[in-house]
Amino acid sequence: MRHLLSTAELTRDEAVRILDTAEAMAATQGRSIKKLPTLRGRTVVNLFFEDSTRTRISFEAAAKRLSADVLNFSAKGSSVSKGESLKDTALTLQAMGIDAVVIRHHDSGAPHRLAHSGWIDVPVLNAGDGTHQHPTQALLDAFTLRRHLSADGETPAPEDTALDGASVVIVGDVLHSRVARSNVSLLHTLGARVTVVAPPTLLPVGIEPWPCEVRYDLDEALAEAVPDAVMMLRVQRERMTSAGGFFPSPHEYHRRYGLDGERLARLPERCVVMHPGPMNRGLEISAEAADSPRSTIVEQVGNGVAVRMAALYLLLAGEEGIA
Amino acid sequence: MSTDYLILGARLLGEEPADLVLRDGVIASLGADTAHPRDGVELVTVDADGLLALPGLVDLHTHLREPGREDTETVLTGSRAAAAGGFTAVHAMANTTPVADTAGVVEQVHRLGIDAGYVDVRPVGAVSVGLEGTRLAELGAMASSAAGVRVFSDDGHCVDDPVLMRRALEYVKSFDGVIAQHAQEPRLTVGAQMHEGVVSAELGLAGWPAVAEESIIARDILLAEHVGSRLHVCHLSTAGSVDIVRWAKARGIDVTAEVTPHHLLLTDEQARSYDPRYKVNPPLRTAEDVEAVRAGLADGTIDVVATDHAPHAAEDKDCEWPAGAFGMTGLETALPVVQATMVETGRLTWADVARVLSTTPARIGRVSGQGRPVAVGEPANLTLVDPAARRRVEPAAQVTRSRNTPFAGTELPGRVVATFLRGRATVYDGAPVAHEEVNA
Repeated sequence: MRHLLSTAELTRDEAVRILDTAEAMAATQGRSIKKLPTLRGRTVVNLFFEDSTRTRISFEAAAKRLSADVLNFSAKGSSVSKGESLKDTALTLQAMGIDAVVIRHHDSGAPHRLAHSGWIDVPVLNAGDGTHQHPTQALLDAFTLRRHLSADGETPAPEDTALDGASVVIVGDVLHSRVARSNVSLLHTLGARVTVVAPPTLLPVGIEPWPCEVRYDLDEALAEAVPDAVMMLRVQRERMTSAGGFFPSPHEYHRRYGLDGERLARLPERCVVMHPGPMNRGLEISAEAADSPRSTIVEQVGNGVAVRMAALYLLLAGEEGIA
Repeated sequence: MSTDYLILGARLLGEEPADLVLRDGVIASLGADTAHPRDGVELVTVDADGLLALPGLVDLHTHLREPGREDTETVLTGSRAAAAGGFTAVHAMANTTPVADTAGVVEQVHRLGIDAGYVDVRPVGAVSVGLEGTRLAELGAMASSAAGVRVFSDDGHCVDDPVLMRRALEYVKSFDGVIAQHAQEPRLTVGAQMHEGVVSAELGLAGWPAVAEESIIARDILLAEHVGSRLHVCHLSTAGSVDIVRWAKARGIDVTAEVTPHHLLLTDEQARSYDPRYKVNPPLRTAEDVEAVRAGLADGTIDVVATDHAPHAAEDKDCEWPAGAFGMTGLETALPVVQATMVETGRLTWADVARVLSTTPARIGRVSGQGRPVAVGEPANLTLVDPAARRRVEPAAQVTRSRNTPFAGTELPGRVVATFLRGRATVYDGAPVAHEEVNA
């Protein structure tokens, strides 16, 4: 694996290997001293063109626990806000001798350009680009789900297992969601059956070839899919208010697509409730669902660090063993 | 000293070989060699064995960028690139800085064209003041100016206000003008980056739906019918647009349409590279659309091929896709792409190529002396093409000042060996003639 840009580029074996490596990383995180020497002397840049404190902190924690040096580069207040291009920023970082770039960018495809334009020659890890991909989010979701399918969510999942036969329903703003795109392809690669549910305005034209079922009615979809997991996507309120809004009102959205108490109660017993955060309580998810024992939302955050450690480790240390 | 040319054995429009004499700006004779040296006149003999003779090509849609963006192209560099591509006339689009919306600006561009001397530069006038789509520019003043503007367009912007479009269509009737519409419904294309479909859904790039083009074309056609005016559709790109224009023509509505070379060859699959070299407006469409525009060009629904040559600075293409500029260069690759997609597939003859790249665009633009038959007494606007040549497109080897060709590295057929503007060589031995000589 040279870069991690899109889950669509991962084979099943590669994806399973990342999840297994993440379990190995997670095992070290129960120790009182969490830091591993693996990436000592390596420098990882967090190149964030879009504010996302939680994702940046998660990557920073992951890199530091592998003993890498971390440089945080945020577009705000930097040369980028003075008009510097992505190319020049990349050349600058390359000149400083960095070993990997973690990039978050508002433009779809920016990590791909960074990796393939010859501007730099280090691994690129996509931490979310526009409405395209967010591969570590999908990997941490798969990691979380894999644990729940095999046990209670806290016990490590057995090595070399995927998500075969699992049913996952993804609900919400699929059109603008990099989380949805990443998850649909990764879950499919890992053998899960995926259903996406959204109002037609929030589904992309051209969704037909996606390896998933597409439904407009949440209640019907939940009844038919008998899900092992329901993944609620964040909906931005401002998408509704402007002229040409995507749905009439937050209340109507919540009634038709929100995970309220009634829908929560109808879910199969084993079904977990996932959300990539940050949540809009009362819009796509009710407090009752977010705070229920089925909710894996906090677990997901914790697992994110292990998964990002695994990704950095595989990109930077490759075949060297885990200490 | 002036020069006469004796061209030996060129296949006229790809048919039978003949010898041509170019003298005093016209085709003086046609048939067997009849040139006699004249006192004080150099006689140059061109061995055209295996070459085609086509009327000089006429582009209805060129961005020469001057005034305003001389770093990317000037009237001189752009018209030289045009000559290298076999053109003897181009229409310079109005979206310059300042906008070509007054007699003063169109006369400036016209004058720069004459000074360059490579092709006839026909300025296009803006439809609305500042391309803002709110009130008509002084179309009559531009028509009556020394530039003699006949084509008006807000290209780059759509005249989306139906009342303004109606008025423009009506107004230009008094001087036989035509409105060339960039058909793009603005509300349906806010932030649009690429064709809306399977590929955009996967790439997460905002979609530019076909309906945004088709709905404007349909509306404009009905407006043109209602007021009895002439309409030209710029860079038509979708299968649906072809159907609508076909319907309009069957109904007898006075509409013409153009397709670009890139829409004849490339598809939205190119966007998977996220390389803005493939970012253009209207966007590259699907393989089905490519097939439809080829069929439309073959059956005459689409009247002309126009380049939409759009030079851009390197930094506006060496960046993230959404940050990149829309547009690609095209003057030097237009004829090769038409040869590859239409001639070598058996869909057009060379005589058809002369029609879609010379005769009809000259007629739409009301360009006198261009797009004429290759016949005795006609202006000697000609291009000689070696159709057997095959070349890999090298951006750095192109004549245009900009490097944003989408065909870099692609092997394309055909090579312009010589171009003549009123009997003077503007391209000779495959290379542009020096400016001092062209302008002597």
